[in-house]
Amino acid sequence: MSVASLPHLARLEAEAIFIMREVVATFERPVMMYSIGKDSSVMLHLALKAFYPAPPPFPFLHVDTTWKFKEMIRFRDETAKKFGLDLRVHTNEDGRARGVNPFDQGSSLYTQIMKTDALKQALTAGRYDAAFGGARRDEEKSRAKERVFSFRSATHGWDPKNQRPELWSLFNTRVKPGESIRVFPISNWTELDIWQYIAAEKIDIVPLYFADDRKVVSRSGQWIMVDDERMRLLPDEKPETRRVRFRTLGCYPLTAAVESDATTLPEIVAEMFSATTSERQGRLIDHDESGSMELKKREGYF
Amino acid sequence: MARAETLALAEAALRPEPETKGQLRFLTCGSVDDGKSTLIGRLLYDTKRLFDDQIESLKSDSSRYGTTGGEIDFALLVDGLVAEREQGITIDVAYRYFATEQRRFIVADTPGHEQYTRNMATGASDADLAVLLVDARHGILTQTRRHAYIVSLLGIRHVVLAINKIDLVGFDEGRFNEIREAFAEFADAFDFRSLVAIPIAARDGDNVIARSERTPWYSGPSLLEHLETVDVTEDAASGDLRFPVQWVNRPDANFRGYAGTLAAGTVKPGDDIVVARNGAVAKVARIVTQDGDLPSAEAGAAVTITLDRELDASRGDIFSSPDARPEVTDQFSAHLIWMSSNELLPGRPYLLKSGTRTVGAAVSELKHRVDIASFKPLAAKTLTLNDIGLCNLSLSEPIAFDVYDVNRTTGSFILIDRFTNETVAAGMIRFGLRRASNIHWQALDVNKGSRARALGQKPVILWFTGLSGAGKSTIANLVEKKLHLLGRHTYLLDGDNVRHGLNRDLGFTDADRVENIRRVAETAKLFIDAGLVVLVSFISPFRSERDMARELVGEGEFLEVFVETPLSVVEERDPKGLYRKARAGEIKNFTGIDSPYEAPLNPDIRLDTTTESPEALADRIVAKLREGGYLGWDAGLP
Repeated sequence: MSVASLPHLARLEAEAIFIMREVVATFERPVMMYSIGKDSSVMLHLALKAFYPAPPPFPFLHVDTTWKFKEMIRFRDETAKKFGLDLRVHTNEDGRARGVNPFDQGSSLYTQIMKTDALKQALTAGRYDAAFGGARRDEEKSRAKERVFSFRSATHGWDPKNQRPELWSLFNTRVKPGESIRVFPISNWTELDIWQYIAAEKIDIVPLYFADDRKVVSRSGQWIMVDDERMRLLPDEKPETRRVRFRTLGCYPLTAAVESDATTLPEIVAEMFSATTSERQGRLIDHDESGSMELKKREGYF
Repeated sequence: MARAETLALAEAALRPEPETKGQLRFLTCGSVDDGKSTLIGRLLYDTKRLFDDQIESLKSDSSRYGTTGGEIDFALLVDGLVAEREQGITIDVAYRYFATEQRRFIVADTPGHEQYTRNMATGASDADLAVLLVDARHGILTQTRRHAYIVSLLGIRHVVLAINKIDLVGFDEGRFNEIREAFAEFADAFDFRSLVAIPIAARDGDNVIARSERTPWYSGPSLLEHLETVDVTEDAASGDLRFPVQWVNRPDANFRGYAGTLAAGTVKPGDDIVVARNGAVAKVARIVTQDGDLPSAEAGAAVTITLDRELDASRGDIFSSPDARPEVTDQFSAHLIWMSSNELLPGRPYLLKSGTRTVGAAVSELKHRVDIASFKPLAAKTLTLNDIGLCNLSLSEPIAFDVYDVNRTTGSFILIDRFTNETVAAGMIRFGLRRASNIHWQALDVNKGSRARALGQKPVILWFTGLSGAGKSTIANLVEKKLHLLGRHTYLLDGDNVRHGLNRDLGFTDADRVENIRRVAETAKLFIDAGLVVLVSFISPFRSERDMARELVGEGEFLEVFVETPLSVVEERDPKGLYRKARAGEIKNFTGIDSPYEAPLNPDIRLDTTTESPEALADRIVAKLREGGYLGWDAGLP
């Protein structure tokens, strides 16, 4: 089965390819954000299709907080090798030197330093004028309002009240020196679309999405994986082995697992159908306060 | 639900039946408080697109910002921006997604407030259908008419008139019919292919998902039933082939592919194609995708085409069949929706993006503005934010296009401000003006070069800009005298003098100032063609018009002279007493007082009249011309 027999996926795929080509045709220095998650896997797959038989004519950028799951890093390096990608990894070296971590600084400050600041450093250093991201509008309310071509000031800020009108598929791609555009080719995809597409196109994803026996601790009612010895345990916390999987991937101390037996795509989707919490629930950083994602985005978060 | 049952459902979801109805993109519109966001919230809730944590956060938001007295306020689901929740209104378009077994839906929830009309048009531009809400208590409002007009203007052919809050009029059939008829009366002219009126109560869900028992007199479908079944197929695949080239794919010397998305029609290997712009022809060799070559591709497909020979084609070109070509013109008539708080200035150069092509463009004539309450044309000199008007546009080079009613992709465009990069307008092409194809440039044997050689000089425009009273005309006069003594051929165009003749019909509004400069620039260009040194002495306050003048002529034929005298100094000099009058309010739109002056950023020559005499400044200009070789072989002689 291919997407050709699925009208809505074919439409979403063609839309994403059009957007990627538009960026390559009109920007000087595009880059694709590569976060290793399933949405990134889909984005990479689309990029390989969009420019075939040429390789994707831009580098891939991973912002490494140094707290990603080991399996993610392994998958990242294997993928880059398999497709011959120009992969650039950036870490906030200042943050690393100061030993910034999710435990001492708390999720909010840690995210600001190791993700948002690191991202801005990498974008500025690379002088990228367009950066592809895999955000989808169905993930979060402020994302539902964001343009496909989302303008950023020279300081990477987003002004939600003053977005460029975006009509038809006529994207205004003009920026002045220092300014940039964040581009979201899979804006109109839902979580189910992503899974259907992964199934139809047989796309590889990080094994963490599938259930397996993993070492976890229970913290504030959520399962956190003990991925390496840096995980700080509270006095009453005891790591135990549980059959879990992840619906979303980020930094391991900030990403909750769900108990699951789902080891195949249909089983994952079946869980999704009976799930009563949304995908981003597993991300601890979104819950700081209502409207928190909008605030982070205005400051430059992806 | 049992686990096995859910799994079966999931397997089915991953392998949907190919004949499902695909996707429907629709928008909700209507006046503020007619319940658009509530309706979408209700659709998401009842089709189980909400998760427990979202409902929890919705409950806490409802008690904080809600307008429903403690009950769940569904509008807060879609009003995602902090400012929206605080003000209880929708500012920007929000996109929402839900699915039933029949269909996938993408909903654009658009703002009802008049000042956000541009965002409503954004949501309408790629929708297949519009759900237009009306509050049953208030009936048809101006904003209802406005939105119906925009929906029709943007080519949406399927409309649902959702008569909401029917519970608040006691589920009254008479009231429902009254509103439906009032709408049909003016919507008749809009050429909607399907128009269905449904009585709903979005807050309680009547006739939203299932038919309500509280409206026994209504026998039509519920809103969702209608959305699931309405046929909106446009059959773009059967139209004439339109393939806008988006990007030329050249990974190595052996492969040259044209990447793009078919805007209409079907293409297959062996088909003849023609490049609309230059008439070059070729045959399609292959349709390349990563999944293998395709036997054919239809409208909507993103593919890469290779041809059987090399030809002159690049991004912005359109491939079509040789016997059904798009029009090619540099002038057309179009409806514009103005989207910027800076008003339209006829004559000002903007960038126009149509399909994958971007060219220079100016509004050559504003035919009328549309009063969207009465749909009547009104005389207008400009368009301001949210105005809609019919205009003639003139482009810097010809483009291939179709009229918007035939093809939304090849018939639409946006205008971009060249300096702020803001998207200032959206346009829909109505018809090409044939003048462009009928008037061909005459190739003349005697040309600019031969005239300049005969005069022994290099033609150039010296463009003097600066505030009124800065000394532009004084210095320009001195320069002309000096050049005349050197035996050079000159002509001086002076702002005040031109306004007595050529530009007698123009006033001092921003729009008239732009036209004033456009005419002078065109006149100067003719003198350049005649081989002269042209001195233009005009306040010319706007950067974009001076740049337009520069772009009219060749490289090295335009020198911008900034006569930089501060406002405080010219106001004190005030040779004609104009500043005193302007300060007293006797003259309106006076540059420097109540109309802006945009100083040049990089003038070719900068003159400071507070430190040097006009005589010395004029000598500097002549020296500069001599250095630049403008004055010919004998100009070095005294």
